Amino acid sequence: MPDLLLELFSEEIPARMQAKAADDLRRMVTEKLVAEGLVYEGAKAFATPRRLALTVHGVPVRQPDLKEERRGPRVGGPDAAIQGFLKATGLASIGEAKIQPDKKGDFYIALIEKKGRATLDVLAEMLPVIVRTFPWPKSMRWGARSAKAGSLSWVRPLHAITATFGLETEEPDIVKFAVDGIEAAQTTYGHRFMAPAPINVRRFEDYEAKLLDAKVVLDPERRKDTILTDAKQLAFAQGFELVEDPNLLDEVAGLVEWPVVMMGTFEEEYLAIPDEVIRATIRNNQKCFVVKDPGTGKLTNKFVLTANIEASDGGKVIVAGNERVIRPRLSDAKFFYETDLKTKLEARLPKFENIVFHEKLGTQAERIKRIERLAAEIAPLVGADVEKAKRAARLAKADLLTEVVGEFPEVQGLMGKYYALAQGEDAAIAAACEDHYKPQGPNDRVPTDPISIAVALADKIDTLVGFWAIDEKPTGSKDPYALRRAALGVIRLIVENKLRLPVLAVAKSAIAGLSVKGDSAKLPADLLSFFADRLKVQLREQGARHDLVDAVFSLGGQDDLLLVVRRVEALGKFLDTDDGKNLLAGIKRASNILAIEEKRDKRTFDGTPSSALYSLPEEKALADAIDLVKVEASVAVMNEDFESAMSFMATLRPAVDAFFDKVKVNDDEPKVRENRLKLLNEIRSATRAVADFSRIEG
Amino acid sequence: METLPPHMRPERSFQGFILALQRFWAEQGCVILQPYDMEMGAGTFHPATTLRALGPKAWNAAYVQPSRRPKDGRYGENPNRLQHYYQFQVIMKPSPPNLQELYLKSLAAIGIDSAVHDIRFVEDDWESPTLGAWGLGWECWCDGMEVSQFTYFQQVAGVECAPVAGELTYGLERLAMYVQGVDRVYDLNFNGRDGADKVTYGDVFLQAEQEYSRHNFEYADTAMLFEQFKMAEDACKKYLAAGWQENKNLGGNQKEHLMALPAYDQCIKASHVFNLLDARGVISVTERQSYILRVRELAKACGEAWVHTEAGRAV
Repeated sequence: MPDLLLELFSEEIPARMQAKAADDLRRMVTEKLVAEGLVYEGAKAFATPRRLALTVHGVPVRQPDLKEERRGPRVGGPDAAIQGFLKATGLASIGEAKIQPDKKGDFYIALIEKKGRATLDVLAEMLPVIVRTFPWPKSMRWGARSAKAGSLSWVRPLHAITATFGLETEEPDIVKFAVDGIEAAQTTYGHRFMAPAPINVRRFEDYEAKLLDAKVVLDPERRKDTILTDAKQLAFAQGFELVEDPNLLDEVAGLVEWPVVMMGTFEEEYLAIPDEVIRATIRNNQKCFVVKDPGTGKLTNKFVLTANIEASDGGKVIVAGNERVIRPRLSDAKFFYETDLKTKLEARLPKFENIVFHEKLGTQAERIKRIERLAAEIAPLVGADVEKAKRAARLAKADLLTEVVGEFPEVQGLMGKYYALAQGEDAAIAAACEDHYKPQGPNDRVPTDPISIAVALADKIDTLVGFWAIDEKPTGSKDPYALRRAALGVIRLIVENKLRLPVLAVAKSAIAGLSVKGDSAKLPADLLSFFADRLKVQLREQGARHDLVDAVFSLGGQDDLLLVVRRVEALGKFLDTDDGKNLLAGIKRASNILAIEEKRDKRTFDGTPSSALYSLPEEKALADAIDLVKVEASVAVMNEDFESAMSFMATLRPAVDAFFDKVKVNDDEPKVRENRLKLLNEIRSATRAVADFSRIEG
Repeated sequence: METLPPHMRPERSFQGFILALQRFWAEQGCVILQPYDMEMGAGTFHPATTLRALGPKAWNAAYVQPSRRPKDGRYGENPNRLQHYYQFQVIMKPSPPNLQELYLKSLAAIGIDSAVHDIRFVEDDWESPTLGAWGLGWECWCDGMEVSQFTYFQQVAGVECAPVAGELTYGLERLAMYVQGVDRVYDLNFNGRDGADKVTYGDVFLQAEQEYSRHNFEYADTAMLFEQFKMAEDACKKYLAAGWQENKNLGGNQKEHLMALPAYDQCIKASHVFNLLDARGVISVTERQSYILRVRELAKACGEAWVHTEAGRAV
């Protein structure tokens, strides 16, 4: 079956947009083909700085023919209805319609045969629409045609379209269409500098090969592979090791069609700058890789650049040029770093009085004071020295005012650590300057040192209560202050360090420290349910059931996140057993009956049932079992031994089963009925020692 | 280029470098203008770009524009930061289909050979909040150094560009430093001569950098500047209001504007005065935004007036 080749040749496409664009092109074309009844065998899309390309192979030559029966008006129906039917179906006269009887009478039926169209025509119709509606994150108009409304928008000026369709063995057809004056053809162009001449292409195989001859590597994966292999090789040849950087590799591969990897050198004196700053300078400004000494793990004075050209002088001028650009950049960085070292971190703090953290939440200085107070409160709960935690909290944000962090925001925290160490701070305090920002998401490292934990929790909880108080909560996909990430950070800090922390109490104290109060009655509970939501997401990602989280949180007062997690884990295991499943069924049955009767009588059935009213042995047996389990389970819960608590619960099962088997709850004697409902209520309340089973699904 | 005497070659002489660019763009049909006679932060502010980018009429121009960035002054002590420097500006409306090729040829004309240099177009979206303008394009890199800005204007002074103009901005000092192979701007050879006849960029501008840095950061009269900002803003509005009139020849009851250019001068003035106040550190963060908005409002009103003038409208 024939193949489609499509190329959209333009001026340079931003590197960050290329991968998604290739994917969008593949998705849009193949979805439309399938919608048109054209099922293909395979498709692959590619992007370079100057082109998006797509190959779809094994596409049928024609759409299948479609046969459709359409039911029309009743025989002898009004003339207008019949005329409308003829018009809609394209029949010349009503004689061409079949007559089909059914229960309601005889009806006209038109047999419509829709001949499948040639795929070439379908393509010619759909491709210009795809080009015009392509979802670039930002697009533009250009040239003389932009004088008129409705001119084409593309990411950068589009120059040529190649679109061919045909069999391997034959000369393919050009898909005939035009978009805003650009006619689809079979001409593309090679490398901008090394092979700019037009190239005539037939189909994907010769397209890719001819481009390669014209110094264009079409496949971004192949360009990445070349860059990575060559860069490693260059470093290895000198006894060094490349510092790999997947994001930078993606970007660099999107800036070249013909990668040529070379190594440059900078003055050794710049190695006095922290490695991360050198890397940030060279990476952000120059998009080059850095190289380390495998023995020491420290950076060396080399960098790896990726040019887009095989220069006629072997690249000497390019390397020298890059070195000339990197030198003043590093010189600036070194100057910033040395300037920073001259000022102690605490000496920077007064400046925070003039920096607004958030209009409604006061200055950075106020925020730092709040974090310091909160860290001091949290410290004893997490085993941290109070004075050290306070000092760490006081210094942790000071690096935001340094020159280096001003220039490279991504090294915030890290520079704080370096400057703290340089001024002789305790190692744990220095570490907290970096680690209090962590964890920054589900995969980031969670700090384990108590000082870092105390400051990290204080920082995040202050952020959360603050934005909660001014009602800037996340909504839908909007979370501009990264509050979900902060809440997840709190959860991970607590759970992974197995901390026992009353979150609600800490949050209340944090709220008391705010100058805005918000709805302080509602706020703590609201915030706790936000934690519950985050915990649900977190546990679900680890494979736990979210309804179990609900079952635990709905007990109320559950602000010890570590215990919540343990309860959920124990509950999950219990429900995997037969005892667990059957007990759950029994409890649900009890709850359902109670719910109905409570509604009917408009009352609850609290209170201890009276043993004098038991008339059947199953009642007595259940009551005894409940009394025993209540004590045993609550002792186990007090000892935080949830597994044992569940095992005790399990012993209820035979008594519950027997009760439902033999006892009619709604006895004719109202007193007996009330007593039996109270007994059911006892089942529910006994099992609430571990979870609200009524919230569990299934 | 071979026929040029040595002191005029772009790789030897700053002025030769500028002349080579002018000659190149003159060959492409641009009118070669002289710098606008007002202080401004960038070549884009020149009415030959800001206003001429608007309206349907074709326009191709190139010029050098001295650019004032009061905050960037370093008392002559930084090797490449200046409060006064030169931009070379090209505008072509509508943007020709081969604008990238023309740009690369212009680099060749100033001695940058694309067979040995690594020239790249790296994403850079341009936006000027004070001008109410934005466009898409690139920073142009030569061996890892940003040497030009390349922008397809989409909107200027709040008006959609139809057709779109292409704008090129070359940072002349930085490019010339690269071509001449010097690391300090003040070491640039200005006139291409040797020995006693040689004049450097430092000979011409070092003293000015020192004096203006002092002025911009320490002595600029802020009371006067606040007053000047207000005066320029008021004058701009006054000229704009006075410039509107009916023109029956245009059909219907269309309006035309007769003083867009003088009004726009006052907008340029306000913008520069704001930059000076900003450098003196007397504008707070919140006020800053409101000053930018005030200038933008002037720019937008001027753009609206311009598209109702002879040069800015369709007929």
